[in-house]
Amino acid sequence: MTKVFADRIDIDLMVNGEPVEARVPAGQHVIDFLRQELGLTGAHASCEHGVCGTCTVRVDGASVRGCLMLAAQLDGADVWTIEGLSDSEAIRDLQEAFIARNALQCGFCTPGMLVAAEELLAQGGVPERAAIREHLSGNYCRCTGYEAIVDAVETVARQRAGQVQA
Amino acid sequence: MINNQCWESVDAEGGQQMKASPGGYARANDLSHAMLLLASAEGMGRVLAGGQSLIAAMNMRLSTGDMLVDISRIAGLSGVTDQETTLHIGALTKHAEIGASPLIRKHAPLLAEAVTYIAHAAIRNRGTIGGALAHADPAAEFPACMLALGAVLHIHGSDGERSVAAEDFFQGLFETSLEEGEILTAITVPKAEVNERQILQEIARRSGDYALAGLCLVRRSTGHRISLLSVGSTPVLARNTMVQLDRGDIDGAVAALREEIDPPSDTQASADYRRHIAGVLLRRAVAQSRGDAA
Repeated sequence: MTKVFADRIDIDLMVNGEPVEARVPAGQHVIDFLRQELGLTGAHASCEHGVCGTCTVRVDGASVRGCLMLAAQLDGADVWTIEGLSDSEAIRDLQEAFIARNALQCGFCTPGMLVAAEELLAQGGVPERAAIREHLSGNYCRCTGYEAIVDAVETVARQRAGQVQA
Repeated sequence: MINNQCWESVDAEGGQQMKASPGGYARANDLSHAMLLLASAEGMGRVLAGGQSLIAAMNMRLSTGDMLVDISRIAGLSGVTDQETTLHIGALTKHAEIGASPLIRKHAPLLAEAVTYIAHAAIRNRGTIGGALAHADPAAEFPACMLALGAVLHIHGSDGERSVAAEDFFQGLFETSLEEGEILTAITVPKAEVNERQILQEIARRSGDYALAGLCLVRRSTGHRISLLSVGSTPVLARNTMVQLDRGDIDGAVAALREEIDPPSDTQASADYRRHIAGVLLRRAVAQSRGDAA
């Protein structure tokens, strides 16, 4: 058909603080790009229609569904995945709280859950448990029953607000 | 996220893997570039904004071969501005931005309230109001809000601009008055009067799920406006209900509402149940509008 539409698109972006250049297929979503092209397998592809939240990554400062954004749309973006957030120790307290509270079992949802939880925590203050549940309502966990996850997020919010010792 | 209630019957392409298969992709630099791209797509053009419904539909192969015209980077199509008697909302304004906008909260609080019901945080960070309206999912909140507010939608086409009242925009299931090659660029909503009440009530089984039924109530000096979501193939303006409410007849309004909607039965709820809860939602909304405990 017309040449103005490309099958493969050149993108230039930052991933976990490192510059990345790539040529991506028009239909490839962000999660397949991160996992298959960059080897960043932390965030998962599961339902691939925006329901489960396991693909949640941070793009330009906001949590997004990696399965509902095309890699072609990442040109110029600043992407952070669980790998970069772990290596930079940006969410170490949250990860430690998840471990301490057994807020994961199989771990499949955890990378997405952590990105979503960190977005809420970054707003500051100590959210109500209902607000924590609401913010995480788009991230499914089939192991924990959520109670421990809410506990972990609440604990970190209190720690960061200086209400309890880390 | 897409509406499984409406799509599930067509989600059966013999177990195809969940990968999108568009015909191509082009990023529009500005509106005129987008128009050129759409014109060159030979009828296969598809506008990509936030992508929160479109990419899900493409992943499920409900839509293939689209020539994607990515308008998400076009400057000037985003943001809320005060225009004296109306608010101007750019089509690319994201749900999260609408929820956080002081102008929206003050002058069109229905839209800020609607945002709390739309899907989940990560989807609200990408999804756009223009995308939601052009997609015209009858279970979505913003289309019903447009009817209740009496919004005007602004559309850019090859012949220039045209404006359409919300009541004339939604025409069928996922069907609007947008013509081939046109792009929805903005919405204007009247600013709320001093004593205006704007209320959204809905019932969903889980936070962020599509509503079993939802109802918008706007009460202004000219009378009530009542619209519903998830009770038919389009958002519905409940005109007979509005007449009864203007008379102050709540029971009559509930009866009129149950009469004038024709909701579907599906795996989520039966038509009778939807009709029942529509009436319940109306009573709750009226009570809330009067400051009573619902």
